[in-house]
Amino acid sequence: MFGKLSWDAVPFHEPIVMVTIAMIALGGLALFAGITYFKKWTYLWTEWLTSVDHKKIGVMYIIVAMVMLLRGFADAIMMRTQLAMATEGSPGYLPPEHYDQIFTAHGVIMIIFMAMPFFTGLMNLAVPLQIGARDVAYPFLNSLSFWLLVSGVVLVNLSLGVGEFAKTGWVAYPPLSGLAYSPGVGVDYYIWALQLSGLGTTLTGVNFLATVLKMRAPGMKIMDMPIFTWTCTWANVLIVASFPILTATLALLSLDRYLDFHIFTNELGGNPMMYVNLFWAWGHPEVYILILPAFGIFSEVISTFTGKRLFGHHSMVYASGAISVLGFMVWLHHFFTMGSGASVNAFFGLATMLISIPTGVKLFNWLFTIYHGRLRMTSQVLWTLGFMVTFAIGGMTGVLLAIPGADFVLHNSLFVIAHFHNVIIGGAVFGYIAGFSYFFPKAFGFKLHEGWGKAAFWFWISGFFVAFMPLYALGFMGMTRRLNATTNPEWVPYLYVAMVGALMIAVGIACQLIQLYVSVRDRKQNMCESGDPWNGHTLEWSTSSPPPFYNFAVIPTANTIDAFTEAKEDGTAYQQPKHYEPIHMPNNTATGVVMGALLTVFGFAMIWHIWWLAIVSLVGTIGYFIVHAARDDQGYMVPVETIERIEAEQHARLVAEKKIPANRVETSLEQA
Amino acid sequence: MANAHSHDSHDASHGSVKTYAIGFILSVILTLIPFGLVMYPTLPKSITLMIVLAFAVIQVLVHLVYFLHLDRSEAQRENVVAFVFAGLVIVLLVGLSLWIMFSIHTFMMAK
Amino acid sequence: MSNLVTNAGHAHVDDHGHDDHHHDSGPVTVYGFWLYLMTDCILFASIFAVYAVLVNNVAGGPAGHDIFELPYVLGETALLLFSSITYGFALLSFYKGNKQGVLTWLGLTFLFGLGFIGMEINEFHLLISEGFGPHRSGFLSGFFTLVGTHGLHVTAGLIWMAVMMYQVNKHGLTNTNKTRLSCLSLFWHFLDVVWICVFTVVYLMGTL
Repeated sequence: MFGKLSWDAVPFHEPIVMVTIAMIALGGLALFAGITYFKKWTYLWTEWLTSVDHKKIGVMYIIVAMVMLLRGFADAIMMRTQLAMATEGSPGYLPPEHYDQIFTAHGVIMIIFMAMPFFTGLMNLAVPLQIGARDVAYPFLNSLSFWLLVSGVVLVNLSLGVGEFAKTGWVAYPPLSGLAYSPGVGVDYYIWALQLSGLGTTLTGVNFLATVLKMRAPGMKIMDMPIFTWTCTWANVLIVASFPILTATLALLSLDRYLDFHIFTNELGGNPMMYVNLFWAWGHPEVYILILPAFGIFSEVISTFTGKRLFGHHSMVYASGAISVLGFMVWLHHFFTMGSGASVNAFFGLATMLISIPTGVKLFNWLFTIYHGRLRMTSQVLWTLGFMVTFAIGGMTGVLLAIPGADFVLHNSLFVIAHFHNVIIGGAVFGYIAGFSYFFPKAFGFKLHEGWGKAAFWFWISGFFVAFMPLYALGFMGMTRRLNATTNPEWVPYLYVAMVGALMIAVGIACQLIQLYVSVRDRKQNMCESGDPWNGHTLEWSTSSPPPFYNFAVIPTANTIDAFTEAKEDGTAYQQPKHYEPIHMPNNTATGVVMGALLTVFGFAMIWHIWWLAIVSLVGTIGYFIVHAARDDQGYMVPVETIERIEAEQHARLVAEKKIPANRVETSLEQA
Repeated sequence: MANAHSHDSHDASHGSVKTYAIGFILSVILTLIPFGLVMYPTLPKSITLMIVLAFAVIQVLVHLVYFLHLDRSEAQRENVVAFVFAGLVIVLLVGLSLWIMFSIHTFMMAK
Repeated sequence: MSNLVTNAGHAHVDDHGHDDHHHDSGPVTVYGFWLYLMTDCILFASIFAVYAVLVNNVAGGPAGHDIFELPYVLGETALLLFSSITYGFALLSFYKGNKQGVLTWLGLTFLFGLGFIGMEINEFHLLISEGFGPHRSGFLSGFFTLVGTHGLHVTAGLIWMAVMMYQVNKHGLTNTNKTRLSCLSLFWHFLDVVWICVFTVVYLMGTL
């Protein structure tokens, strides 16, 4: 009736886990109670959970990302403290079977449930506005994608209290991840969390590619799209090209585990190396998916805060394209040591090193943008400058690792850990934090507190260096990854220093949380509702903050790069037409929530082998979707009075904030 | 409600009885010959293999043109671009994977 | 730019926006579906690669030429090819406004597809009952996975087709049905394309 599920699944005998579960439960209860007390359930349901508005969906993605940052970071603190304690033969407080789940969860959460949703959220928020569109191409699919992510998040976090998580590392190589060596539910949690959220990601890729190709404002040539939109577009190209590989690979692993197939087993003709090959064929493009949108944020920030157009806009597009295409030809560098021989290693090593060239082009373009500009040293700019220094170092260690001979010594050592944290933290995390602070006013109508933002930056960047530079040294000294205890006395000082670094980052995160609290508390002092707090260049800044739900009352025309700057310069910014036309908008829908919930149940049922429940929930999901599609909801028309009221409010704000003169004569601008 | 015809910009890519018929006949030929050559081996194995593979590629193209209406027109341009890109990814993925796996097989002296 | 004609966000004074082609987001939907189909191609490519790697791993069990029956496969191929043509005729009927024609041709397509699946299930059943199921060897795992994945896709297509027949019967030749049948058309033809690769790589090369 309940498959493998029983009360044994709850780890009553592990105090650390039970305390954590208790805290999560209490926190969840408090949240529920709060929402009930303030009578916000209806509001939450109708305005947010069932929304198909890309701006709302974007905010929800980022909230999930930030919560998962805390969870993934908690894992990191646990690992660092364990390693600092478990030196010279001491066991520490985390036994291997627990530690292994922590480092696996840390990787899965940070990559799949923190970085991916973070960039997806920023992309959702900004891209349709940047291209002058009213929403994405498929608003319902957008909602579904979000709820599929939540499915994955629920499953990963459920594994803490019900069952266990995978102990295989975030890559889950067979045979270790096969049934013989991982008979428990941990790997199944891993598989279903990734399959469900991966499906959502693939749909997002399709959605945004169709959006930028089909829904740009009139006149906007594809090469002139804003740079953040362009880097997201390349990331989406990588998503649609690579995620199917992950879907296939995890499905194949599932067949081995559920139906006794021999794709990746040791016996009867399976080939475990094929998993490694396919996993990284996805895995490498994945890291470019993570970094490219961050590059786009940096481009936007540099361009905005120097007041100059980005140097080499078109070459940035080509460089990002080169990185994307090359990104499909390098994946073997993750397993140079697995015996493919000199020719294969040489090809992939060379291709890997080639990627540093277009990356260098981007770096120089940023520097040339700053040159002869007047760079305002805001917190976003600090994150960007910090990125340039940090990422350059991380990139260089990557080129070092790209040499097969060097990699033979350093593979699986802490040097690799240091390298990828260097580029992911210095690149993706710094970028998304900068993007968060850059786009926050657009989403909420007030700026974040600058002081706490700068404090967060300084703690993050110094904490990063203190935490990870010792890891480079430890890698050279022979310490391998995924150890829960060490015996070499020479390593001890470095492990202590690394732990201090992690604590410094913790302070940085605390600064971010304080920043949020202070910003919300003091929001009335930092309002910028008319929409252009940074004197931005592109169309999103021409809307109010937050934008009206329909984004643009009149679809703008955009004939150049930096279309909003162009409009401000030739006096055509903020024009209102003589009269408005009704706007066609999609309806909210519960289908995404329902399908996500049913698929979560499906995943849980598959994990615990509750077959009847799996069938019911899967059939229910498909059936619910068919009913939704049959309803063929065509949306609704926003009446002119509503538009007029909203636009009049914005007009008043613009006058109040002196963006336009009070008595401007209306032009003959016709609504497109 | 019964609005079958609109000024559909994709009228050109609907096909006709003729295109489906041509596609069908070509597909039949391109299927029967490979099956025949394998079921009744007349040519050397390597030649048969080449013909079988070549005819598969050609039949895929026949399907793309006559059933999926891909062509060089402006209207189909973006579909073709998407397909060519997917094709590039597939060539890289499968080609490089097979090279890697075969190399590992050789160097690791697998039986 | 010509591809902006179909901007679904275009405001337009129109009380009955349902079938008016200024709100016609059909082409955008079909393009998005084509993009999804490209991802499905890559999914199949991954599985093909796995099959190629495992094809010689027979673990003392049967190899392709021991278990494949080419006349049978030719029969399956014929069914699928015919179904592609009948689907094409269904769409042609749609453009001519012939609702009954659509339902008839879709029904025939469905039957051909069902026949294909029936033959495939039969083939799988026979193999498994002889002890040559996917658990027997890497080769057989690869075979069942590749052919089975294709079969699952065809089955999904059949379910979709049944739903569409119901919808066309109930609501007629609406714009929405046209868009969805266009998407299904892409899906159905794409499955025939994949089958060409399957019978070539698996059955023909396996017998050679």
